[in-house]
Amino acid sequence: MAMSEKKEKETVTKTDPEDVLELHDLKSWFYTEKGIVKAVDGVNLRIPKGKIVGLVGESGCGKSMTARSIMGLLKFPGRIAGGSILFDGKDLAKLGEKELRSICGKDISMVFQEPMTSLNPVLKVGRQVSETLLVHNPEIGREEARKRVVDMFGKVGIPEPEKRYDSYPHELSGGLRQRVCIAMAMICRPKLLIADEPTTALDVTIEAQILKLMQQLCAESGTSILIITHNLGVVAEICDEVYVMYAGRIVEQADTFELFDHVEHPYTKGLMASIPRIGKNPERLYTIPGVVPNLLHLPQGCAFCTRCPCATEQCRTEKPVLTEIREGHWSACFLNQAKSE
Amino acid sequence: MKQIVKRLLETIVVLLGVILLIFIMLRVVPGDPVTTLLGEHVNQQTIDRLTKTMHLDRPILEQFFLYVGGLLRGDMGQSYKYNRPVTQMIMDAFPYTLALAIMASIFAWALGLILGIFAAVKQNRLPDHLFMGISLFGVSMPVFMAALFLQYLFAFKWKVLPLKADGSFLSMILPAIALGWNSAGSVARITRSSLLEAMQADYIDTAKAKGLLGRAVILRHALKNSMLPVITMMALQLSSMLSGAVISETVFAIPGIGRLATSAIENRDMPVLQGTVIFTTVIVIAGNFIADILYSVLDPRIRKAA
Repeated sequence: MAMSEKKEKETVTKTDPEDVLELHDLKSWFYTEKGIVKAVDGVNLRIPKGKIVGLVGESGCGKSMTARSIMGLLKFPGRIAGGSILFDGKDLAKLGEKELRSICGKDISMVFQEPMTSLNPVLKVGRQVSETLLVHNPEIGREEARKRVVDMFGKVGIPEPEKRYDSYPHELSGGLRQRVCIAMAMICRPKLLIADEPTTALDVTIEAQILKLMQQLCAESGTSILIITHNLGVVAEICDEVYVMYAGRIVEQADTFELFDHVEHPYTKGLMASIPRIGKNPERLYTIPGVVPNLLHLPQGCAFCTRCPCATEQCRTEKPVLTEIREGHWSACFLNQAKSE
Repeated sequence: MKQIVKRLLETIVVLLGVILLIFIMLRVVPGDPVTTLLGEHVNQQTIDRLTKTMHLDRPILEQFFLYVGGLLRGDMGQSYKYNRPVTQMIMDAFPYTLALAIMASIFAWALGLILGIFAAVKQNRLPDHLFMGISLFGVSMPVFMAALFLQYLFAFKWKVLPLKADGSFLSMILPAIALGWNSAGSVARITRSSLLEAMQADYIDTAKAKGLLGRAVILRHALKNSMLPVITMMALQLSSMLSGAVISETVFAIPGIGRLATSAIENRDMPVLQGTVIFTTVIVIAGNFIADILYSVLDPRIRKAA
């Protein structure tokens, strides 16, 4: 407990110059008629320069809402209820719409889950990409923008980039559309790319290509990535650090090797066990029993206690706090914490 | 292109069907045009002669083909009442209706689009409730009431605009507002709901994530996507206005298509009625045709399917 307090104090007051983005105690709440839904409830997260950070969890655990909070895309009745989003010495949570939009697309960009719907169906894809460029650099002019977009299309592996510039989204396959989205996100060489389940809607064969492409482009321009996924395979593939999220909170955090070597939190263990593996051929795939609890009626103690195989009386009454249980490995579980002491 | 030719052919079939239907209906209704035309005190000889010149003694099918043949030459027959070519009468009346329809449409669309867009942008706030209240008022107010009300205030009480339409621009303002009022309301409501729907789409988030500000997001990304249902409604409105605004034309004494049709009904002037109905049909079909073409201009997916 003492350790966690120390960490919280540290993170709130000091920002690390090596970090491109820091979330401090971020709270994104939805004020619904039935009550307050705490979709993101006190998330601390740091994205170091040039690193790839994974944010993992089931559907509805708040990982997309974390990303949307950063971009100022929370939909009514949701809003940032507390905490800060530090980027470049500014707190994005407190910026006005105009200032925030001048950062979005230029310094922080986003790739969405559904390439089918995230492109505007009535505009040419090239125009949609050059628009990003022109919004932030109106001085370069349309001709130059077109040239740069065609260049970028080539870089992201779109065949016949010159011709594809004038295509409409429905004329492209899902994989190509996602490449367009990546081109759109990378065209201004941002400092941070947020990828919200970028490969979920794609074929598995395309998935690896897209991940590799993002990795390679970001390495070239020194861009950090926050990748949001429910797929631990994706994490193992490209991430340097992993945050596991459950019911609006971070439950475990470590670098990728550490996490895969020593899974601590029972929830992460459950996630790992549900990965299908070649070679092992069980009758049924493992699933974590139960569903993500209703965020309106969270259990009094640990949010995972209703599904946790090793929940104790303490878990049902007290909320565990994210605590460092080993060098660089944090877990919000009483059992892990007891073990480490 | 192929699609357009196909649509044109379909159109011709529809048109022939409508002509046939009108032709039969007007012959089924009781009342002999010859006696209507001649009055009561005439001898049988005169009646027979007139029946013959009007081809009314021929079988109905032959009459139909004679009529269609005439149509192809632009001849819609002679008015029973005025003894003038129907085509001429329609062409004389149409400019009034056209001017009225264009002015009413411009008024309705400009007002409707502006109110609708504003209401959508300020969703659930005061301007939204205010504008939607106004447009509900517009949708639910009957044209004759709006017309009489406007006439009373502007022409009778304040005397700023003429009471009767005389073909001048000023005299058309009141009828155009009376006629467009209704349409403005429906355009505003459909624009608002369609725009709000478009604002929920994923590509709107993409646009915001690019760094576009609110106004650019709406104008560049949401508006074009939300226009399809609005265009449909506008095309239908325009063609219905062009086919004669019976009430506004009557209240303001405008000698347009609507007036022509109503007086033809009152006078049992069959050829005129037949002519106006066919003319109206052509206009409505043309309106829909134009709307279809506009769709594919707006939405590349439709263009591809076509």
